[in-house]
Amino acid sequence: MIRRRHVLTCGLALPFVAKAQAAAKVVVVGGGFGGATAARFLHRNGVGVTLLEPNDTFVACPFSNAVISGERSLDAQRFGYAAVRAEGVTVVHAAAISVDAIGKTVTASDGTKLPYDRLILSPGIDIIWGGLEGYDEAAAARMPHAWKAGEQTLLLRRQLEAMPDGGLVVMSVPPNPYRCPPGPYERASLIAWYLKTHKPRSKILVLDAKDVFSKQKLFQNAWQQLYPGLLEWVSLSDGGKVVRVDPATLTFETEFGSHKADVGIVVPPQRAGAIAATAGVADRSGWCPIDPVTLESRLVPGIHVLGDAAIAGAMPKSAFAANAQAKVCADAVSALLSGDKPQDPRLINTCYSVAAPDYGFSVAGVYRPVNGVLTDIEGAGGISPLDAPDTQRVQEARYGDRWFQTITAEVFG
Amino acid sequence: MTGRAGIALVMILAAAAPAPPGASSCSGCHGAGAPIAGHDAKEMTESLIAYRSGARPSTVMGRIAKGFSEPELDAIAAWWAARK
Repeated sequence: MIRRRHVLTCGLALPFVAKAQAAAKVVVVGGGFGGATAARFLHRNGVGVTLLEPNDTFVACPFSNAVISGERSLDAQRFGYAAVRAEGVTVVHAAAISVDAIGKTVTASDGTKLPYDRLILSPGIDIIWGGLEGYDEAAAARMPHAWKAGEQTLLLRRQLEAMPDGGLVVMSVPPNPYRCPPGPYERASLIAWYLKTHKPRSKILVLDAKDVFSKQKLFQNAWQQLYPGLLEWVSLSDGGKVVRVDPATLTFETEFGSHKADVGIVVPPQRAGAIAATAGVADRSGWCPIDPVTLESRLVPGIHVLGDAAIAGAMPKSAFAANAQAKVCADAVSALLSGDKPQDPRLINTCYSVAAPDYGFSVAGVYRPVNGVLTDIEGAGGISPLDAPDTQRVQEARYGDRWFQTITAEVFG
Repeated sequence: MTGRAGIALVMILAAAAPAPPGASSCSGCHGAGAPIAGHDAKEMTESLIAYRSGARPSTVMGRIAKGFSEPELDAIAAWWAARK
């Protein structure tokens, strides 16, 4: 490590490092949990950083299911960039519209061309409109996805509030991969909680294109305990895969029949945010293959991809994972800019879900590169115990609350 | 070099060095306001080892600590101890 060698040989190493790297320019695209973290940690390593993010307010997805169920205000999900800017990161509120990987420039929607030595893309997800037949942008105004938090979240909340008691909520869930693997099941749980509390003659039906899902046993145990008869999950094998939706009639069609909803939710098929394909870092799957040590694209040198857009091996598409990847990527990029060899990393993911406001559980994982892929370290990680007492479910719900406060303070505070 | 100066130098080196493998993930939960930065290294290592074995009960820390060897946990604790 050159940085350490500087410390040993020159004593006053940090200013040297800062000087050497300040000349280097990194552009980070996307100001979410991944991009904003990467920008701040690169800046702390003495690297000159510009963060490109079109929105002046970030609306966080984790905990937005509690906005849908009415326990939380959307304002609690909103974060600005004042602290990121105050720390010294140049924040430009524009979208990245093209990348010249040879000339090493990014063109922003305001027309400026930003040169870079290394580019970090953390663009999150885009919805594949039409990826599910009948589900286009217009359909989303009738059948919300609420898979990007904001107006869609509020729309779904309003629809649930307007639904009469005795109504049917239907939600379709796509095959893997998609943002937040346990998210649909947490949403189903919290909607069931809302229905049980306010509209107990109603029901939620989950139509799934999968037979197995994240934290499945934990969710199913909770559903049996908390929402018998109120929440029904239909697996792929039982005909749950939705093949078409009709937004005019709020109908979900499977291969075996159709379900007419009073409130229809579509968790849509997804791919990496559009700039990934434009920059040439997305493969045919729509996601971005990366080197597990540096998170550098396997397809285009000099461009790193992190967060939901990346194919990160065993790591899920979660905010925690994006934040962890961003810190590893910031150190790797700093090392590369100093001519050093990035270290072999370890990454952690911890993800809390709730099945009710006081019923929380978690999944954790520890990852390392094995044969070019971020791989679960055997013997580590896993889900909360199935037989945990209620006190632990309460405790994990509170830990989840605190995780959100802590991580958003690190990224935006 | 006096012992105190030696310790100070070690602290400076640990503070200047990049995070050892795994350490940067910790602040996802233990960042702002959480007390691992500047916490006693020995105490943190002992806690992590106890979480790993189950001697100290936990919700999630046991599952995470199992992903690291004792020297790795040592390095993580030392690095966090040197943070402000």
